[in-house]
Amino acid sequence: MKLVMAIIKPFRLDDVREALSDIGVQGITVTEVKGFGRQKGHTELYRGAEYVVDFLPKVKIEAVVTDALVDQVVEAISKAANSGKIGDGKIFVSGVEQAVRIRTGESGDDAL
Amino acid sequence: MEALNGIKDLSYALDTFYFLVMGALVMFMAAGFAMLEAGLVRAKNTAEILTKNIVLYAVACIMYMFVGYNIMYGDGNGYIPGLSFFLSADNDPAEVLKQGMDGWYDGSYYSGMSDFFFQVVFVAAAMSIVSGAVAERMKLWAFMVFAVVMTSVIYPVQGYWKWGGGFLDANGFQDFAGSGVVHMCGAVAALAGVLLLGARKGKYKADGSINPIPGANMPLATLGTFILWMGWFGFNGGSELIVSNVGEANAVAMVFVNTNMAAAGGVVAAIITARILFGKADLTMALNGALAGLVSITAEPLAPTPGLATIIGAIGGILVVFSIITLDKLKLDDPVGAISVHGTAGIWGLLAVILSNGDATLGGQLLGIASIFVWTFVASLIVWGIIKAVMGLRVTEEEEYAGVDLAECGLEAYPEFTGTMGSGK
Repeated sequence: MKLVMAIIKPFRLDDVREALSDIGVQGITVTEVKGFGRQKGHTELYRGAEYVVDFLPKVKIEAVVTDALVDQVVEAISKAANSGKIGDGKIFVSGVEQAVRIRTGESGDDAL
Repeated sequence: MEALNGIKDLSYALDTFYFLVMGALVMFMAAGFAMLEAGLVRAKNTAEILTKNIVLYAVACIMYMFVGYNIMYGDGNGYIPGLSFFLSADNDPAEVLKQGMDGWYDGSYYSGMSDFFFQVVFVAAAMSIVSGAVAERMKLWAFMVFAVVMTSVIYPVQGYWKWGGGFLDANGFQDFAGSGVVHMCGAVAALAGVLLLGARKGKYKADGSINPIPGANMPLATLGTFILWMGWFGFNGGSELIVSNVGEANAVAMVFVNTNMAAAGGVVAAIITARILFGKADLTMALNGALAGLVSITAEPLAPTPGLATIIGAIGGILVVFSIITLDKLKLDDPVGAISVHGTAGIWGLLAVILSNGDATLGGQLLGIASIFVWTFVASLIVWGIIKAVMGLRVTEEEEYAGVDLAECGLEAYPEFTGTMGSGK
């Protein structure tokens, strides 16, 4: 099992969710987050003076998927979240030791 | 005789009724100031600015009834006003009806209480101007102490010089509804406060560059501006003082039209100026432009043609944008732009009187501007200085960071969304 964590632009969330549904991902967790990357925030204007917004709003998606599905998931997110502009985000993949569905007690791949 | 008395009754009642309704419109400007200021501060300082706005209104009413009105409209030698307390009784109906029709409007042609009511909402407006400029960092009670002195002495004294028949009036200074007496006076008191108070923490970086602090709620700021715009029809329209004959009714209508046109001119000029200077259509500048247009026309809303009124307002709208930028660069931190809107545009409005009112002279207007400015500035500086020495003007840095809502009021404007209480509580 792998945990796929992606930081994406908020307006791409619907596209990403659809793309993941289409390839059979059963569930994701979404969090509204703020942060900065190489873009280093952006500037806005208020009453004639510029100011830097250090932390941009982003959406964090977390999905735990089977080893067989992980490459497809990464590809689906990459495609759906890509606007071609700076700040599209990043995808991180890490291993997951165990998963349990609380209601039934199923574990491992069956719990996903 | 009966018929003549009937006409006198009607005339008196109509002018009183007009005065009261105009006063009620001006009273609602308190709501406009409250919403405008609440929109242009940060969410963590919203409850405190609202508290200030409603309490200052109440303080102004009480102090003006106690002594302010009598200072402004009592006996004096032209420079030093007389001193008496509380309101005197209203006109005796029998005495009113005894007055002849000739010179009717020189006598008691409307209720004395309606005059007080109309005047008291003006002093509250002047004090409201101060609250926006010192927002987000001043102690609530320091502000209230100043409000007591401002509304009982500082404002009434310079008001006496003009509207009470003092030396400014004698020297031909023209100020129809108070570009100087109300608006510039409020702005100058605010300027003195801001000088002693200092900028909000974080407004200026260590290298001296400006770090803008955006307001929390643009819909509220816009609503507040529209409320002020509406209230201004009472502010200027009521200042004609008579509506009960054809000529005066036309004059009041003209004042309404010109007031409206000047605000429109101010908005359009300010938004275009902002677009040219910043590359973006800054809403807050459009709002300030509307108010600057209104302040600009307040000194003479009757004599100009509607076209000229639009231009006077438009110039006010342009000036206010440059004034805001300049004050920002001078490190005079005014979160809502009150000093620029009421001070800079107020001075412009007083000078613009010369364009349309043949009775106005440059010398008379400059004398008025200088007298009101110097008196209000020096008196305010002394009062702010005493308050600073005795109780302090600023909240602590930690309180400022957490927001003056919690520090001064112990509550928050939006407890479910912000601050220490977290969401959902």
